[in-house]
Parts: sequence; C-alpha cells; structure tokens
Amino acid sequence: MSNEIMSEIKRDHIVNLLRNGSRTDGRGPTDMRKIQIETNCIESADGSARVKLGRTEVIAGVKIIPGTPFGDTPNLGVLTTGAELIPMAHNTFESGPPGEDAIELARVVDRGIRESGMVDVEQLCIVPGEEVWMCFVDIYALDYDGNLFDAANLAAVCALRTATIPGEQYGKGENRPMPITCTPISVTEVKIGNELIVDPNYDEEQISSARLTVTTDDNGNFRAMQKGGCGSITLDELSTCLDRAVEKGAEIRKLIG
Amino acid sequence: MSGHTDMVLVDDEGMRIDGRTAEEHRPIKIEAGVLNNADGSAYVEIGKNKVLAAVYGPRECHPRHLQNPTKAIIQCKYNMQAFSVSDRKRPGPDRRSIEISKIISEALEKVVLTELYPRASIDVYIEILQANAGTRCAGLTAASVALADAGIPMRDIVPAIAAGKADGHVLLDLNKEEDNYGQADVPIAIVPSTDEIVLLQMDGNMTREEFDHAIELAVGACHKVYDIQKDALKRRYSRNTQEGSDE
Repeated sequence: MSNEIMSEIKRDHIVNLLRNGSRTDGRGPTDMRKIQIETNCIESADGSARVKLGRTEVIAGVKIIPGTPFGDTPNLGVLTTGAELIPMAHNTFESGPPGEDAIELARVVDRGIRESGMVDVEQLCIVPGEEVWMCFVDIYALDYDGNLFDAANLAAVCALRTATIPGEQYGKGENRPMPITCTPISVTEVKIGNELIVDPNYDEEQISSARLTVTTDDNGNFRAMQKGGCGSITLDELSTCLDRAVEKGAEIRKLIG
Repeated sequence: MSGHTDMVLVDDEGMRIDGRTAEEHRPIKIEAGVLNNADGSAYVEIGKNKVLAAVYGPRECHPRHLQNPTKAIIQCKYNMQAFSVSDRKRPGPDRRSIEISKIISEALEKVVLTELYPRASIDVYIEILQANAGTRCAGLTAASVALADAGIPMRDIVPAIAAGKADGHVLLDLNKEEDNYGQADVPIAIVPSTDEIVLLQMDGNMTREEFDHAIELAVGACHKVYDIQKDALKRRYSRNTQEGSDE
C-alpha cells in the first residue's frame, strides 16, 4: 500500500525468522492476528462494524436510501462499495480522492460481496423499474498495520449483516433486516522469498513480492480472487493459498457466527 | 456474472454459441509495430476484441515523486474508448480502468528488466477500440508485444487469457454472452518459461475442481497465445530486414 524505505536489518530479521517458520509478532506462517469486531457502533448508519485485525483497524458503514434502478436491472437493488485510505491511518496515506490502492481495495471487497450473492438484491426492489433500495458500503482505514483487504472485507460483511433497511424513515413500509444469504470471507496471503504467509502485517507487506486474496462462501466455493504485487506465484503456491483460504475462511466464519 | 438469460450457452453436444468447443479460444491476430510515433506498439484481436497498445520510454518519469532511484517504474494506462461498448462509455478513467491499469503494470513489472533504468518511467498505453469480454487479457497480451517491439529488455513475454464457467461448464476464453450470463470468470497471465502466475483475478462461483480445470485450460492456452506473440515479433523483424535490403 505504501512505499517506505525499510532498513536492511529489519528486512533480514523478518526473512531469517520466516526461514525457521516464525514471524516477528510470534505467529506461525498460517496464523491470523486476533480479530475483534464491534457491530452497530454508529447510530447514524443503517449498519456498521468496526474491525480490528491485530493493530490494523477499519470501520465500515452502510447507508441505504431509495433511488432509481439501473436500466438493465430494473428489479434489482443497487450495491456500491467504496474505500478510503485516510491520512489518519498511516503517515504514507494522503488526503484527496481515492488512489489506485484504495480503488483496488474497494473493488476486491465489492467483488466478494457481489459475486457471492451475499445480499439478495431482488429483495431490495420497492417499485419494479422505478424505485429500489440503494445500499452504499463505505470503508475507512483507521489504523494501518497491513492486510487491509481482509479487515475491510470483514468490516463490510459484518456491517451488511447487521444492517436494517430504513423503510419507516422514507415512508416505504416497515423497517426490516437486510436480506443476507451467505458470509463471504477473504483470506489474504503474501509471498516473501519463497514463503507464503497469511494475514501479513505492515512490515511483512512492505517486503513481500506478491499478494493473493481469495474469497470463499459458506460452502467453501471460490467467489473472488485478486493477485497483486509485482512478483509472481507458482501453480503450487496458488494451490496452497486456495487450501488455506478455505480453512481460514471457515475459522473466521465460525468466529463471527 | 449477474445476468440471467434463457439463451443456451453450451448445447448438449458441448458446442458454444460461437461454434467453439469448451477448450477452444477465439481466433487471435497479433501485429507488432503498427504505430509510427510510439517506441513500440502492437495491435491485438481476440475474437471481436480490438486492442491497441503503445509503449513510450524508458523516459523521464512524471510526476517526479513517483521516481524510483533503483529501477524504472511501469505506468500502464488502460482506457476504453467511448464507442467500444454497446452503451457509450463515459470518457476518462473510472474505478475499473484504474484497477486494471494497476494489475497490468504489476504483471509487466515481473518480466521487464526495470533495474536497468533507474528513475525512468516506461509508459504503456492500452486503448480498447472494441470490447467483447476479455479486454484486460487482450490488453496485457498487446502490451507485452509492444514492450518487446520497443526493444525494452525483458525476461520473457507475458501472454494472458481468461477461463470461466457458463451453463455449468468450464470454458476457455469467454465471449460477451458467456461473460454476461455465465457463472465465473478467471483472467490469468503467466511467464511462459516458468509457468509463474503474474496476473490472476476471479469472480463468480467455482468449486476447487472447476477452478483447477480453469487454470489448466488457461495456462495451456497462454502458451498458444505466447507462440502467436512470438510469431508477430518475428514477422515484424523480417519486415524490417526486407525493407532494409530494398533500400
């Protein structure tokens, strides 16, 4: 996400530890950091979640308003995901319109939610062809210590799961819960040398050559993927990442219930 | 991926609406050196996709704060022309094109010897003239040939192609209908000499078996695309020698 210079000593330390299967924060290669989730923490939002993934912290809020459907999907609600890397979260983030990192982050999270069919958008229709619920998920990084992808995905998913459609506020019937069908969970790994590690922290992310985010659904099927970074991954490494995404995804899904 | 149709995309005999089998890619045409001003260029047609790529550089990097003191940076700009899709596309970068530009830059960075040109920028412009599913793969395929045409030192050329799923069948190189009404899309690019993956995205719904099959199809097809890329460059070179001997 950012491009800070890192000292050779620190770099070597991380690489040497990894060769022996351990990491600077005491984790093993496949261990996630501690996940803490607080839902419905913002009263002005229709759904919200604040997620801590180790020292990375992200907040996501959902706003749902009536609007006009797209011409090619007259009976479907609209779902939009945005992300901002605000200067508060890290000294390398700058204010201004979202850059390519923020856009990629938002689109990868969006893809997981959209392609898994997590939200049943058919149930977001108010008057076919005329009015539907438009659901905006906005994600802000608050504190950045690596792996914004999984933190943002988790925050967005938890915010959506707890969201309420504000029918009464707009005179469109009773308030009702968001129509949720499944829980898409992303698992991100990075490659350092020839080692693959789950849930990279900031330093690990900085010295990694490639990144792979894999989003699975409740059945362990693949719903979205994104490779990032200037390095490459081999077919064997891809296979390892897929296995881990299914395994870790199931663990996280269990955690959030 | 989200659309619905009554159209039969794959018939009982495994035939697709454009007459291909599951494991066939669309006809591919590649030509290198098609523009005068650019340092390198290429034109690619994959089915109904028509894509131009041009390379400028290595040249001075603007904006300067992006300069890297140890290597050149690759700045790719993927752009869909307003008339390239059925509804007019609003000109200018959108979130989709910014994301595609980023992942294509990253894929190319793996093969270009950027360390030879510290502080410089290698600018790659990809223009989609006509889109029919698979433009990012066509764009990356064209960009690799354009880089080679520009004489930029590279470890290998990057071919790209997508695999996906429609009507429950794993298919190679989805066309527009299969992309719109299908169940998954997996664009992939590799370094052919090692089979390493430099670009990978996926959306839709696939089991592990389906995904593995899709990767197998796409990697196999990448090698075919690679042959067509090399052939285009050879034709470009032989044209040059012929022109040279005429003078």
